Amino acid sequence: MTTTEKLLVSVNDLCVHFRGNPKNFKAQIIKAVDGVSFEISRGETLGIAGESGSGKSTLARTLIGINKPTSGSIKILGEEVSKYSNASLRPIRKKIQMVFQDPYDSLDPRFTVAQSIAEGLQIRNVPKSEISSEVMKLLSVVKLSNSLATRFPSQLSGGQRQRVAIARSLATKPDLIICDEAVAALDVSVRAQILNLLQDIQEQTGVSYLFISHDLSTLRYISKNVAIMYGGRIVEFGNSDAVLTNPQHPYTRALINSVPTLSGVREHRNRIIGEPPDPANLPTGCSFSPRCNESISQCSVQTPKLLQISPLCKVACHVRFPHAENEASEGGKNYV
Amino acid sequence: MTLKIASGDETSVMSLNSVSVSFPSGDGMDEVVHSISFSIGVGERVGLVGESGSGKSLTARAMMHLVPKPGAVTGGAIEISGSAISQTDSKLKWRGSEVAIITQDPLSSLNPLVKVGIQISEMLIQHKGMSKSEANVESEKLLRSVGFPDPVRTMKQYPNSLSGGMRQRVALAIAISCRPKLLIADEPTTSLDVTIQSQVLDLLEKMSTENRMAVLLISHDLAVVSNFCERVIVMYDGRIVESGTIVEIINRPKHPYTQALIASVPNLFDTQRTRLETIPGSPPTSGKIQEGCSFAPRCIRGTAICINETPVLVSNQDLQSQVSCHHPIEWGQE
Repeated sequence: MTTTEKLLVSVNDLCVHFRGNPKNFKAQIIKAVDGVSFEISRGETLGIAGESGSGKSTLARTLIGINKPTSGSIKILGEEVSKYSNASLRPIRKKIQMVFQDPYDSLDPRFTVAQSIAEGLQIRNVPKSEISSEVMKLLSVVKLSNSLATRFPSQLSGGQRQRVAIARSLATKPDLIICDEAVAALDVSVRAQILNLLQDIQEQTGVSYLFISHDLSTLRYISKNVAIMYGGRIVEFGNSDAVLTNPQHPYTRALINSVPTLSGVREHRNRIIGEPPDPANLPTGCSFSPRCNESISQCSVQTPKLLQISPLCKVACHVRFPHAENEASEGGKNYV
Repeated sequence: MTLKIASGDETSVMSLNSVSVSFPSGDGMDEVVHSISFSIGVGERVGLVGESGSGKSLTARAMMHLVPKPGAVTGGAIEISGSAISQTDSKLKWRGSEVAIITQDPLSSLNPLVKVGIQISEMLIQHKGMSKSEANVESEKLLRSVGFPDPVRTMKQYPNSLSGGMRQRVALAIAISCRPKLLIADEPTTSLDVTIQSQVLDLLEKMSTENRMAVLLISHDLAVVSNFCERVIVMYDGRIVESGTIVEIINRPKHPYTQALIASVPNLFDTQRTRLETIPGSPPTSGKIQEGCSFAPRCIRGTAICINETPVLVSNQDLQSQVSCHHPIEWGQE
């Protein structure tokens, strides 16, 4: 396998901006995603973490073509899709599927489980005679009993519904499944079942995941690489063990300090102050600088670039790596 | 069943004795909370943990005399500071001044058409008999104490112009305005970002320590509870399955459900990425009372007796912990 074949998704300098009021051309611009680059290889999981408003869901929706990028490139299996029309996106969409937070909203309430799953099979041109056996096969992949095939979503529990949503997403034989807070609405005991199931499916089929979650513990568990987003940008990117055990960016550190753990003791580590920024009114320079207790004058003036600081990790911060920037810009392609 | 846990303090701010909550169904009443008994000491921080449908929120509603109709408290007694409250008490003067509640979504508990300042001073005028100007000064103080840098400006704002974290702070300011002895916090941080969650929990802790206010923190997240509370009560299907100090429960859970619940949470600081342990099946949903332990169908330690006989909540010798299981995990022997 050559490197290009292994590379599934490559996003470069992606920007998604919205106008605050679509009818008013002078309205302020909301920079939901602003200069994001990353790659996903086959069979690998990329986790994206961030607070609400950090642009993680917009990023996912743009990847699948629900939102149109303002600038930048999205390459899926080497094909540039960012400028595609909806019609030409169709064959691509088969390869990327999405699982949403609330399967009650994403499943058609008037379709039975079998009908919901069969839709994807029809798109894949599975012959009619084989559809029902394929549906049963998919149900067994997500470990649901065949007797549920004739049920409606309202007759299922939350965990069962999420399993159906996963089976449905598998029906088109995708290369990438985007899970947008796919386990956030589930009970703790059911959440672990779904996380294990997703890992089993990955081992069997080699599908890649883009896993969006606000829960760092979940991301640590499921993803190989993790991207921490803040104010529409990636502030830290790298191997999830490296990023989450040895965070470099002050925001990542603060975020990890905020996560409650099952220790039984309340630790008062340095807490993050203030609230996440308004995407319509981002601070100048590094958007984290107003909340950062390490910020220097440069932070509020210049936006830091995401720089490779170790083989496993990229960070965008003036304070941590003031010199790295110069070296990297001389080196040219060292950073994205 | 009149089991009580002796808390650190001699007096309890609130105690529940065999409280049941039922909802009418086709043939009679379906009991959803079954004979719950516990008490909360002065200034004590207690966690109530359970999955959706475990009856934790209904227990809180029962404590506040707020069980949504047509549901009703169908048994047991609730005492506040030692005196029983009648479920038909029309005055309900204790509500707000003795016991206050904050809910998951402050947007639905705050009035969207009334300015924040008025919503806070309303409480003070109603319960403390303050004049308008006194109440205004006090509201300002309260808002400052919950972390608003410019309370005068905030008082003129409407809830919709505040962020989720700020709304929860306002709800907290209202709840503590009459210095209640007990604050019931029903999933107060579930809809908030993790950084804001830790801010709100810090604030709750500060308020609780400064005012010697007891807190009942209701959450599905054992990690949040373990960071905040001294004692925790675990509920499953409308029953208390285990209770005890947080250190005991986290390190030596006796009920298989509690143990499974702890094992199924991924740990951020785990060096080894092991496969998550899961509890097979999903939480029960029907309100029908069945004989036997309701966790039995999902339990790895389940035997015939579990299906036939409902286990009783038994206290251990020092009265610090309780467990309701036919086959509790024995930590001394393992």
